[in-house]
Amino acid sequence: MSAHRHRPEPVELDAADRRIVNRLQDGLPLVERPYVAVAAELALSEGELLYRLERLLEDGVLSRFGPMYHAERLGGGLTLAALEVPEADFERVTAAVNAFPEVAHNYRRDHRLNMWFVLATETPERIGETIAAIEAATGLAVFNMPKQEEFHVRLHLPV
Amino acid sequence: MNGLTSTDTASRASACPERLRSLLERGLPLTERPWLTLAEQCGMSEGEVLAWVERWQREGLIKRLGLVVRHHALGMRANAMVVWDLPDDSVAEVGRQLAAEPAVTLCYRRPRRLPVWPYNLFCMIHGARRERVLEALDAIVGRHGLQHIPHRVLFSLKAYKQCGGRYAREDQP
Repeated sequence: MSAHRHRPEPVELDAADRRIVNRLQDGLPLVERPYVAVAAELALSEGELLYRLERLLEDGVLSRFGPMYHAERLGGGLTLAALEVPEADFERVTAAVNAFPEVAHNYRRDHRLNMWFVLATETPERIGETIAAIEAATGLAVFNMPKQEEFHVRLHLPV
Repeated sequence: MNGLTSTDTASRASACPERLRSLLERGLPLTERPWLTLAEQCGMSEGEVLAWVERWQREGLIKRLGLVVRHHALGMRANAMVVWDLPDDSVAEVGRQLAAEPAVTLCYRRPRRLPVWPYNLFCMIHGARRERVLEALDAIVGRHGLQHIPHRVLFSLKAYKQCGGRYAREDQP
């Protein structure tokens, strides 16, 4: 189980998988039988579309299928934050930061600010509290860079 | 199935949308009639579920129905956060231009954190390899005349955590 989660080789998609992923990046119609509608567009049966979607989720190609919420309008808080982590301390700080359930998408990047993560909290106020708690746990200053404006992408990346 | 007859209509009206929303956070069921599956789980009719989701989409609570691709699983190993230091009066215009580029998957204006961080526009570019990402970036710079705008490419060296948090969201940098 965990073996396939850490599998290093990329998952191979066949032509039908690619059509499905590309088509559904554009969204699913809000109708009683959405999969029938999409399957027809892709020249697949409904059963085959459902089977392939299940497999793409299991293989980890898709991290999510369904509604994408607007966290702020749901009443939640969302921000991007960065830390300047001393090299010798990287493992300890990674463990301390990832222990927070509010932390998602923690990436190491090549810059003086070398740890970048997204914080998602149930309320906007919790962002400040979580940042204070991360500063206390790591002994490092958190650079908070909340979104000020979103520029909507028109196209999704074709696979 | 779950005793609708004895349910207080007033409390149903307020309690059910919350339940539906939390069920939806787990994703859309992979059944022939996914809205009906959800309806059965939260004591609504299929029509009511569709009406709530339509309303949430209209109000912007739900950005879209669809999927999130884990690019890394597909071998798109290079994930670059490209950041730009733009004059405040041109950040919106350049933001719109970058967002319209097919290679750009996300584009946000964020605050500078001087002196360490002078950049105010962030975008994400994914690709199979770093060279591909840099080629795409070169083309974008050329197309929009951004040669003189200070910018940096921060490739991800390693993903330490790729999920978590309560809300479903886009693959945000």
